[in-house]
Amino acid sequence: MTTPIVVENHPLDKIIRSDRMPHIWCPGCGIGIAMRCYGQAILESQVPEEKHVVTSGIGCSGRVAGYMYIDSYHTTHGRAIPFALGIKLANPELMVTVFSGDGDLVAIGGNHLIHAARRNVDIKVICINNFNYGMTGGQIGPTTPKGALGTTAPYGNPELPFNLPYLLAASGANYVSRWTTLHVRQLKEDILYTFSKPGFTFIEVLAPCPVGFGKSNNIEDGLEEMRLYRERCILIDEGDVRAEALVIDLRENLPIYLGRFIDRDRPAYKPTQMVAK
Amino acid sequence: MIERTVLTGKHFIHGDEACAEGAIAAGCRFFGGYPITPSTEIAEHLARRLPQVGGVFIQMEDELGSMAAILGASAAGMRSMTATSGPGLSLMMENLGLGIMLEIPCVVVDVQRAAPSTGLPTMPGQSDVMQARWGSHGDYEIVAYAPWSPQEMFDLTVRSFNIADRYRIPVFLMSDEVVGHMVERVVIPPADQIEFTGRKHPKTPPNGRFDPFLAQDIDLVPPMVHAGEGYRIHYTGLTHDERGYPDMSAEAHHRLVTRLVEKIRRNADQIILTEGYYLDNARILIISYGCTARSARRAVREARSRGIPAGMLRLISLWPFPEKQVKALAKDMDALIVAEMNLGQISREVERQVRRSVIGVFHAGGAMIPPEPILNAIQEVAA
Repeated sequence: MTTPIVVENHPLDKIIRSDRMPHIWCPGCGIGIAMRCYGQAILESQVPEEKHVVTSGIGCSGRVAGYMYIDSYHTTHGRAIPFALGIKLANPELMVTVFSGDGDLVAIGGNHLIHAARRNVDIKVICINNFNYGMTGGQIGPTTPKGALGTTAPYGNPELPFNLPYLLAASGANYVSRWTTLHVRQLKEDILYTFSKPGFTFIEVLAPCPVGFGKSNNIEDGLEEMRLYRERCILIDEGDVRAEALVIDLRENLPIYLGRFIDRDRPAYKPTQMVAK
Repeated sequence: MIERTVLTGKHFIHGDEACAEGAIAAGCRFFGGYPITPSTEIAEHLARRLPQVGGVFIQMEDELGSMAAILGASAAGMRSMTATSGPGLSLMMENLGLGIMLEIPCVVVDVQRAAPSTGLPTMPGQSDVMQARWGSHGDYEIVAYAPWSPQEMFDLTVRSFNIADRYRIPVFLMSDEVVGHMVERVVIPPADQIEFTGRKHPKTPPNGRFDPFLAQDIDLVPPMVHAGEGYRIHYTGLTHDERGYPDMSAEAHHRLVTRLVEKIRRNADQIILTEGYYLDNARILIISYGCTARSARRAVREARSRGIPAGMLRLISLWPFPEKQVKALAKDMDALIVAEMNLGQISREVERQVRRSVIGVFHAGGAMIPPEPILNAIQEVAA
């Protein structure tokens, strides 16, 4: 028998709404790991906590806004990015992060995503990609690999998925990277880096969803998916966004390319101003 | 060239421009919108004016994003606005609900055109008035004003911002193509004579617990804090408690939605505006609003000159519906006529309130209803 260890304090108590714990996520889910990286990055950032703002859309990843102990806005499905844009342009002193999922940001919110990247508006996007709609119970989404099973694709997904770094690179983002929930140090460092990077930044975080995606697609549990990450992940050279090389299908023994794909300095969006503010 | 913030003086401008100047005068410093006829001149004018006064103009990718962006800007403390027409209003209904639920003030201008769907893009309509009332899902109360002149496009835009801030609610300015494109004299008062009612702020400093949705005042409006003020607030479109945290219980839901509705119903007298014409000894009441009210007033004046005791109530407020004013006047009337550029929307509300049938002078839109059919309706009931 193992004995549970009870601790009085958690290292993230300052930045997490501990009165809202336990969270809603399933055992084996990767979202909490990514949220922890975000929280740690806030604590290590040069920006005071009260100047950090997070917005989320709808879905499991959208719940992150409700758990962060900073100014936080849990908005409508797909609209976290334009809401964040409004906050940032109204008060440019704020460090505005959008934390949401692939279905929210790329399907229903896809138009806002590419246009915010095109404008290069100074908001930081952390996009959890778990290859499916988890909150509603395992439907296919814009990142689901072709052929994968979902509750709305019982015979296999007939559609091709988006390749997110490729999409964001083409749309104009200043910074595009991909990590997994196994790469916690790199992910935290990358979030921290984007805080100091003007313009639109986008970090894709591959995360296990054992209940929604894994169980239908022969990935036994969260740990098994983490094992797949460890076996298959390959760090890519900066600037390499060859689409074919970046397709992710966990069901196949294919490499998963990770790292910083884009790091450039296009001018960040600034509204036209004719008087000093 | 740097221009003044408030263009005090007499102008000869169209309604859309008057609306834009009203926004600037009211202190609006954020506009997020998407071009759509016949509201586009508001965006064009603000694209020129907002950078001159230190404000932000952004043309968004669509109306979904426009509405989300103005809510975000308002959440960060700026007075914000968008302008659209029917097809755009349909898209804004999604985040209108978010504005209601998060109690974020903003102003949404709808320069109505003939609808449904693409309809007649360059021609007037008044058929969005029920969508303004009920267009987003769920139970809520909304505030909507209907200007009938370029002067009111200015005045009611200012008022819309004040009411939005006072009651923490999105406010509609339900204009129409006629009023939006009509050129008339507009008098802009000196800056110090432009009313400003700001948002309630909490009295407690930002350390320690703060409940952003706790409404302790009689008006049921909680004080508002903005992003970056240090209160570390949480806002969610989920049903939430006074702390702002999700509360998935029927009790919390009933309590929240009831307050959101009651804060408008309880303060309706402070919100509602109407205007009466020729009401002395009137026995036939014409109810109208927006551009149609201009024809209706002409018809009533003509009827009076023919000895018919007609009078008119102009609804400056559409929502909350001026039920007290309508009921009080209806008591003494032999007949009620509603003139509107749709096939019967506000007339239903009038019937619901007075519990008797009303005569409708309707047109589906595309051209202003002239005075004649309204006068004919008056003469028929007078005969």
